[in-house]
Amino acid sequence: MADFISGSWSIYIAVVTVLSIVVLMLFTWKMSMGIPKPTGGQVETSGHTWDEDLAEYNHPLPSWWLNMFYITLVWGLIYLALYPGLGSFAGFLGWSEQTQYDQEMAQADQKYGPIFQQYLTQEIDKVAQDPKALAIGQRLFANYCTACHGSDAKGGPGFPNLRDGDWLYGGEPAQIKTTIMEGRQGAMPTWSPVLGADGVEKAATFVESLSGRQVDQAVAAEGKKIFEQNCVACHGPDGKGMQALGAPNLTDDIWLYGGTHAKLVETITKGRNGRMPSHKDFLGEAKVHLLAAYVFSFRNAAGGEAAK
Amino acid sequence: MSLFHENIEKNIGFMMGLILVLITVGGLVQIVPLFFMHSTMEPVEGVKPYTALQLTGRDVYIREGCYLCHSQMVRPFRAETERYGHYSLAGEFVYDHPFQWGSKRTGPDLQRVGGRYSDDWHRAHLNNPRDVVPESIMPGYPWLEKDAANAADIAAKMKALRVVGVPYTDEEIAGAAKELEGKTEQDALVAYLQNMGTAVKFNK
Repeated sequence: MADFISGSWSIYIAVVTVLSIVVLMLFTWKMSMGIPKPTGGQVETSGHTWDEDLAEYNHPLPSWWLNMFYITLVWGLIYLALYPGLGSFAGFLGWSEQTQYDQEMAQADQKYGPIFQQYLTQEIDKVAQDPKALAIGQRLFANYCTACHGSDAKGGPGFPNLRDGDWLYGGEPAQIKTTIMEGRQGAMPTWSPVLGADGVEKAATFVESLSGRQVDQAVAAEGKKIFEQNCVACHGPDGKGMQALGAPNLTDDIWLYGGTHAKLVETITKGRNGRMPSHKDFLGEAKVHLLAAYVFSFRNAAGGEAAK
Repeated sequence: MSLFHENIEKNIGFMMGLILVLITVGGLVQIVPLFFMHSTMEPVEGVKPYTALQLTGRDVYIREGCYLCHSQMVRPFRAETERYGHYSLAGEFVYDHPFQWGSKRTGPDLQRVGGRYSDDWHRAHLNNPRDVVPESIMPGYPWLEKDAANAADIAAKMKALRVVGVPYTDEEIAGAAKELEGKTEQDALVAYLQNMGTAVKFNK
């Protein structure tokens, strides 16, 4: 509040505020003075008559009601003395939104900091054995990861399934942690300018054959040539992909963007540039460590060793 | 009854005048000084005016009524900052005319949504939220993908914003329509969302 462009604004606020309270007090006092208390059963009326004989009593305010006005006015003054409100005056309690927030965070850090710290010093595969750590990890996952990877961690079109044992960028603890910390950027370029619609069609057919599907062998053979010239740099000569680049394994019948022929054609035609955002700054290493352990634990649960 | 009170009650014009004074005092004390504070009137370091594309996305955001379900105001409570990120600063909104703080959260707060998800996610989510979040009750906005971003009045909009203090240069205004060429409303909205709350770099 202390950052007014001119200090006179602070005085202005304080003066108008205090003046308002004083005026309201005088007004209330004047109101209570103006009407005499009824004596001897005779009550003054307001002088209006409606419908021939309806008159309006002119009672003074009941004292409990009147005193409520005074109490709220006095409370206002006490509040303004204790808390910020009168211009730049910070109040005798020294309260501020900022300090309250900082205290709340410091308290939480005191309570939860050692827990996070304790896990941070352990290896991720060891943390993944700890049911308490996994319970924390699950909550963190529910909070920060489910929008893309789903509340069941099974992903969706374009967002990897974390439970299928197939890892685009590697399923080792350190790799998972790096993925969450730094994020990942998929980089499959668009191939239609290079291959043409016909070439894309053939390459897609060959890719289908890699996971053991029944395809037209002649088309697949042509597709194989295209594959060997253009695709092996990332997906490898055997089509098993390359985790260093995040190039998926094409032989396991697991498809990030859908595995129908039409979807494969779309993927090759347009390219794919899926992105996992970096969570280092937002979550901090301690939380990422627990998340990595939680995600790593899926491997044990799913018998994920089978795939890789 | 005192003449004082009776006079007010019996002169409706006089009473209206007094009511006006009463209400004005509130505004004079609570609203007017805010226009003379550094923290509310000056951009925090890093905050830039919206680009033409982001500005168009912002107008789509307003047109579709996103503010009815989404707030853009992370309050300084741990429960909020843990979920959304650093609490909002007044100086982050200096180029918002009007700001989109909102008052109700049926969906999550969006002030720090920039960079949180990939562009692909936003596109899938805007077309049909259930494709990525099966539990979502947000309606889909599939037409944004098809409708072209409105370039007809973007220069006029930016000029109007310049009048109220957004420092657009003549070049930016002249190039605005070109920036929107070939863009859809979805492109614009995603650009707006991905920029949101990212200007200030907070130290964790």
